[in-house]
Amino acid sequence: MGRYVALDGNSATAEAMRQINPDVVAAYPITPQTSIVQTFSEFVADGLVDTEFITVESEHSAMSACIGASAAGGRVMTATSSAGLAFMWEVVYVAASTRLPIVMPVVNRALSAPINIHCDHSDSMGARDAGWIQLFSENAQEAYDNTIQAVQIAEREEVRLPVMVMSDGFITSHAVERVEIEEDEAVKRFIGPFRPTYPLLDIDNPVTYGPLDFYDFYMEHKRQQAEAIERAKEAVIEVGEEFGKTFGRPYGLLEGYKLDDAEVAVVVLSSTAGTARGVVDDLRGRGIKAGLLKPRCFRPFPSQEIVASLRDKAVVGVMDRSDSFGALGGPLFMEICAAFQAHGVRTKVVDYIFGLGGRDTTPDQIESVFRDLLQIAETGEIERLVNWLGVREGKQEVVTAA
Amino acid sequence: MATALKLKELSKKEERLAPGHRLCAGCAAPIIVRQVLLAIDEPVIVAAATGCLEVGTTIYPYTAWRIPWIHNAFENAASTLSGIETMYRSLVKQGKMKERDMKFVAFAGDGGTYDIGIQALSGVLERGHRLLYICYDNQAYMNTGIQRSGATPYGAWTTTSPAGKVIPGKPQHRKDLTAIVAAHGIPYVAQASPHRFRDLMQKVRKGVGADGPAFINVLSSCNRGWRHPTDTTLEMSRLAVDTCFWPLYEVEKREWKLNYRPKEKLPIEEFLRPQGRFRHLFQEENKHIIEELQAEVDRRWEALLKRTGEA
Ligand SMILES: Cc1ncc(C[n+]2csc(CCOP(=O)(O)OP(=O)(O)O)c2C)c(N)n1
Ligand code: SF4
Ligand SMILES: [Mg+2]
Repeated sequence: MGRYVALDGNSATAEAMRQINPDVVAAYPITPQTSIVQTFSEFVADGLVDTEFITVESEHSAMSACIGASAAGGRVMTATSSAGLAFMWEVVYVAASTRLPIVMPVVNRALSAPINIHCDHSDSMGARDAGWIQLFSENAQEAYDNTIQAVQIAEREEVRLPVMVMSDGFITSHAVERVEIEEDEAVKRFIGPFRPTYPLLDIDNPVTYGPLDFYDFYMEHKRQQAEAIERAKEAVIEVGEEFGKTFGRPYGLLEGYKLDDAEVAVVVLSSTAGTARGVVDDLRGRGIKAGLLKPRCFRPFPSQEIVASLRDKAVVGVMDRSDSFGALGGPLFMEICAAFQAHGVRTKVVDYIFGLGGRDTTPDQIESVFRDLLQIAETGEIERLVNWLGVREGKQEVVTAA
Repeated sequence: MATALKLKELSKKEERLAPGHRLCAGCAAPIIVRQVLLAIDEPVIVAAATGCLEVGTTIYPYTAWRIPWIHNAFENAASTLSGIETMYRSLVKQGKMKERDMKFVAFAGDGGTYDIGIQALSGVLERGHRLLYICYDNQAYMNTGIQRSGATPYGAWTTTSPAGKVIPGKPQHRKDLTAIVAAHGIPYVAQASPHRFRDLMQKVRKGVGADGPAFINVLSSCNRGWRHPTDTTLEMSRLAVDTCFWPLYEVEKREWKLNYRPKEKLPIEEFLRPQGRFRHLFQEENKHIIEELQAEVDRRWEALLKRTGEA
């Protein structure tokens, strides 16, 4: 039996890390992830984990040390946010392409400039093509649950890929919620022991990691990598089901809310899904057939499942907490448009860029999105394909006190 | 018993870097690697930085390494190796792995060490990982086509410090990286050269035996970049040492010690003249550069003599 505790998202993630008890953690502090490394340092200092903690001098070295440690043959974790993830960019790719099952909580924060410590998804969205599995968490409970499941998913023999577990900076990371923490033994049993493949430390069977790989083989290796992340979809589903059987909270690739009979639907990741659920209830109370889709897994992108759950809607509004500057729209919007097109779905889709740099997203704003969708459904006209929510339009005069 | 550092004994040991790799004929880098690995009797795990050594020894599906080896990226051989060493300690501490006297060695060029990798190196030294970091210093970014680095000597031609009409070669002196590393106060730091292999191998033994990080900076001629015939590699090393351009010394537990003092300190021209990268310095209008280079060699040599108590 688990126990209910009041924890903020970062403490819940740190709890998961304590229970996972990785062999090596290499990490560097950055707001809003910092309290994860601080809490974990206390676990190390108090002997509550067996982990060797490498207090690196940068995120680039954090990921580099994780790669060395993982290739050596053991369970490895790190955690970061924003500029930290951007700083480790080069080796984020190396970790995935070397097929190392590293798990990394990413507490989402806006990228500079201007510097900003609050939540948006531009950090992890920028890494969406790096080859990592990406799971987004709505709240502290999901951050905890996803971190535990990530270990299993990453280490599956048919997958062997690193996993990023996202949670919203401050909104989730620093807000105290009621979280069910499972027993240490149960978590240990769920993740099982680490099974090394080709460990460097097996000195009697030497292996070469990271050779120069040219046009004669590089493409086959990339193909294998592409196939592995495709197989990860099944792994995410299976591990989510198993987690449900074990702990009573099942997970899938995505989660619908009042979606089956909905006429119009909003798609949104992470904590904003919680706000949107309230708006759906409100609108339903007023007889409006509103629904919500919250993708949990962004990489691999569950296009078939998303198409299946949205294909009969009149209009879909996608909410993107990051922009893809110069592209058609935000990353989530583009993926959904592409999936619809590929599956011959003609449902209308519009995009809403929201919440950049921690800008509050209110129920009123989400309701305004639903109103837009209803209007489009009625008129068949899309006025603007990409909209910005809660932004002051036009040139702004900044007034400061004299 | 450790293998005696005698040619006869050493020649019986299996080479850990196999022949047939694709480094240039006459390149000093594989000579250094073989000397380093022959000096170590224990099992070794190697992390290498991007550079000539890495691309020349592991073109998939081939590898010249008969020991566990990893290349991660250009600037992070030190941090990558620190991850491996830490995993070893973690697994042994937890009883998940039997303790074995294993050595952890990084190989990186001067670019991967003096410049882009200095942060990762410094972090590893400060954290005190038990590993040996070998910089094979060929004084430029050779793999990308001979660009200047923080290790390139004053006045030297490279493709990004060309011998131009207005700027005749590199306008700055080399970084004294060995001294920078020594300033970290780690257990063992040394400078070595492959033409004095016994000295180099002795230093490697001290390095892997140290209780903490060890660093050895080894001068590594690159005939492509230095512009000298392929059969004069070790002659270039000798001249670098006998001109006191590349002194052989060690810093053991913060004690500075000179390992070799040439009978006659040769003028720097002796080292410069055989190398095409310095050819332009012998034109009349550039002679002052040689003088300045000599003055800098003298300044550093005098300072070293003082530090080692030889002055
Ligand atoms: C981040 C990054 N920047 C640049 C490069 C390109 N690059 C590869 S090797 C190299 C130079 C290597 O120089 P050095 O470390 O001295 O080794 P050498 O090739 O001389 O042996 C450069 C610039 C790279 N691989 N990665
Ligand atoms: S270019 Fe220079 S350093 Fe590189 S392999 Fe050839 S000789 Fe060696
Ligand atoms: Mg070099």
